[in-house]
Amino acid sequence: MTKKIGIVIVSHVPEIAAGIPRLLEQVAADVALTFAGGTDAGEVGTSATKIVTAFEQNEAAELLAFYDLGSAKMNLELAIEMSDKKVHLYDTALLEGAYTAATLLQADVPLTEIEKQLAPLKIK
Amino acid sequence: MLTVELTKKWMELFYAQIDQEKAYLSELDTPIGDGDHGNNMKRGVDGVKDSLAKLKDPTLKETLRTIAMALISKVGGASGPLYGTAFLEMAKKCDESQEPAILFAAALEGIKKRGGAKEGDKTMVDVWAPTVKALTDGSFGTEQIKQAVASTKEMIARKGRASYLGERSVGHLDPGAMSSGYLFETFIAAGGVK
Repeated sequence: MTKKIGIVIVSHVPEIAAGIPRLLEQVAADVALTFAGGTDAGEVGTSATKIVTAFEQNEAAELLAFYDLGSAKMNLELAIEMSDKKVHLYDTALLEGAYTAATLLQADVPLTEIEKQLAPLKIK
Repeated sequence: MLTVELTKKWMELFYAQIDQEKAYLSELDTPIGDGDHGNNMKRGVDGVKDSLAKLKDPTLKETLRTIAMALISKVGGASGPLYGTAFLEMAKKCDESQEPAILFAAALEGIKKRGGAKEGDKTMVDVWAPTVKALTDGSFGTEQIKQAVASTKEMIARKGRASYLGERSVGHLDPGAMSSGYLFETFIAAGGVK
């Protein structure tokens, strides 16, 4: 059964954004994973509208969002303001943070505990 | 007073300025960034031009909001959400006041909140903050704007892509400061503040 909380990956590069969920699926078969990579034109960058779409496409109503570099965060924050979903944003290393969260969500660990494990992975 | 007419004229001139200087903006962005500020801004102003052309008898709020959404969706780099937020904040504020000093002050707060930059971090804030101040004390003008842009040259970058370079960023103008300079200069040229 799909878990209550999902994960959204945001990267400047479409292939990075698409590749990380492939890795996460291995430890989190029941966690809804969506991603937004690149600009609307598919170039290097991020897009608030693409991020909103990734929120909407995610089956979960509550989401944990992970991103790569600075401007991805700004567009994520804009997307959060535009979306009705409850989204938590983490300044962790992208891959390690998302992998940790995915593993713990799959094991039904509560969010407060997940956040404790994400804290030392904060790098930005 | 900011009006729909003035805003349209301003955006036309800003478009022309970005179009003319896009290679220079990207050149400024090459040693301390990812070399695409000119192209990003050009995509943004293209979007602004297209979406403004579609508006029929818009209010000032609709005009500012349309500019914001075009910049947010088209720019791609950090400048998209930053300039987009600036225009969104002006759109939110413009029912209350159409005074440039008040609108730009609201925009500046939005930029600071979105990007987390302070004065002295070698970003667009180093043009926006002194310019908002200059609008209140009457020293606003082309010279003041040029000085604010130039002041970023000796700063050490603490935000954005340039911050990875730390002290190596000294000696380069900040591209976002430069494009913000264009934004204010074209505001004057459009007849914004005499």
